[in-house]
Amino acid sequence: MFVTLPQEIEQMKQMVKNFADKEVDPYSQQIEDEDMLPQHLVEQAKDLGLFGISIPEEYGGIGLNAVGKAVVLEQLGRTHNGFVSLISAHTGIGSTGLVKLASDYLKQKYLPDMAAGRKIGAFALSEPGAGSDATNLATRAEKVGNNWILNGTKHFITNAPVADVFTVFALTDKAKGAKGGITAFLVEKDFPGFTIGKKDKKMGLRGSYTAQLIFEDCIVPEENVIGEVGMGYMNALKILGEGRVGLAARAVGSCDKLIELSASYAKERVQFGKPIADNQAIQWMLADMATETEAARMLTLKAANMIDEGKTVIKEASMAKLFASEVFNRVADKAVQIHGGMGYVSDYPVERFYRDARITKIYEGTNEIQRLIIARRVLEEN
Amino acid sequence: MNIFVLLKRTFDTEEKITIAKGAINEEGAEFIINPYDEYAVEEAIQLRDNHGGEVTVVTVGNEEAEKQLRTALAMGADKAVLINTEDDLESGDQFTTAKILAEYLKDKEADIILAGNVAIDSGSGQVGPRVADLLDIPYVTTITNLEISGETVTVVRDVEGDSETIETKLPVLVTAQQGLNEPRYPSLPGIMKAKKKPLEELELDDLDLDEDDVEAKTKVVEIFLPPTKEAGRVLEGELDAQVKELVNLLHKEAKVI
Repeated sequence: MFVTLPQEIEQMKQMVKNFADKEVDPYSQQIEDEDMLPQHLVEQAKDLGLFGISIPEEYGGIGLNAVGKAVVLEQLGRTHNGFVSLISAHTGIGSTGLVKLASDYLKQKYLPDMAAGRKIGAFALSEPGAGSDATNLATRAEKVGNNWILNGTKHFITNAPVADVFTVFALTDKAKGAKGGITAFLVEKDFPGFTIGKKDKKMGLRGSYTAQLIFEDCIVPEENVIGEVGMGYMNALKILGEGRVGLAARAVGSCDKLIELSASYAKERVQFGKPIADNQAIQWMLADMATETEAARMLTLKAANMIDEGKTVIKEASMAKLFASEVFNRVADKAVQIHGGMGYVSDYPVERFYRDARITKIYEGTNEIQRLIIARRVLEEN
Repeated sequence: MNIFVLLKRTFDTEEKITIAKGAINEEGAEFIINPYDEYAVEEAIQLRDNHGGEVTVVTVGNEEAEKQLRTALAMGADKAVLINTEDDLESGDQFTTAKILAEYLKDKEADIILAGNVAIDSGSGQVGPRVADLLDIPYVTTITNLEISGETVTVVRDVEGDSETIETKLPVLVTAQQGLNEPRYPSLPGIMKAKKKPLEELELDDLDLDEDDVEAKTKVVEIFLPPTKEAGRVLEGELDAQVKELVNLLHKEAKVI
């Protein structure tokens, strides 16, 4: 690999792989059946420090660099994607704004609890009328005395039913819009005027919840503004940019798992008197799965490595998210094909991965938006 | 309490193992802390947490073993010692390892030494008892429970499907059996802290040992994988006849009775 991992990151990789394979995986079917994460697994993940990977050491986290985070998330991607969503939404978009942009006051107030997993983070940008067109926000914030008053609705907010602190984007100056009119706020779940709506019934990612957020004259103290007033949209782009690398890493880990499952199934499944792994038709699928996964891993690590070198990664992060999510879908599709009918029933984990893969082409910026971002950079550069 | 753990780096037998040129193929193999030694590390950390003191993990091996020592430090051990024999020894056996460890431990005033019951690679189960013998302290093997009160040590040991309770005194050496505890995962903060914990590296010279002092007493003649499992055979007919045939086959074909 072109990125040599430091020994401690190698150690973390091994530990997280063991945790994912030996502790979480045995509960995957239960999570599917009950649409609920076993509390002891969540507690174990907290004890292992997984909720603090992106929070600096001075605030009680372990402050991993981007490569380190990608390695940890890749290993988590091997297991139930709903379980991983809780952690990655918290360590990614749910806390990045605080870590990168917030005042010392906000950091000290929230980050230690978030690093330990005592408080769970969520990120709230999407609205019924503002998906890919993220600037078209209807949620408004008005300054009244020392407070901001929020009104509006957010939807599809990952972790909403279990989160304690929300990074919420609202329009503070309609005339300026995206160019100086959107502001990020840190909203606690108990702030007056803030309620969580019904959770969504999703195709996959069981055990991970998304829901609406409803703000009705919600009072947010002015010190809870994250970053500068009016700079919210630029801040959102920064937060999402880094989150994309983590998402790509998770997809790569899921692909690794699907390849393992498919190869071992192909060796065991006998048809026409021989294992189906002897058939070139199956071998070619496995070859493509492995090659594309490796390419996605390299792209992801490259983007992560660039973040650590302090470079701008807007294009590379989008490329990693775009490619890894599409590879994940292709790999999951082939895994189902190799498993045949067994791949279509929920007794086998490939069926779950197939459903969980689909959302990765949509959330944290649809792949169409990723292509738009990449194309703009390509046209600018050439 | 001055606690020492003897630890071995081994390949992971849950992964695929291949043999090339009469040796285990290290390329592609995954290496881990010998799982029985992991119980010893866990028990040592718990002893330290309950009784105070310090846990030192010791291994005899090459530089590669640093990774396993760091993992033990990440689990919570305080110090690690790598006795690096890479430049001095071409081969060694249980005698070699025990002699080196005893030489290192003889002036350390250990209250308790913990080791794995057996290493999953060569599986001799000899190093622990040999070290105790050389240090002239008592030892109890295959333990599943350990309690220490003052100088008194109460140990439950596994004896082929039954258990035996033994009382002895510190200093003592014990070897861990599965069931002693549930080893913790090294936490991410633990892994970061382990980077800064002391890891001392020694060579035979530092222990005033010559190659001749520790020369292996045994020779490996051959290493081979167990035969692959073949399809079973289903006996048919009257029960009496089946039993007779089974006994006959076990005697004549399998030659186990």
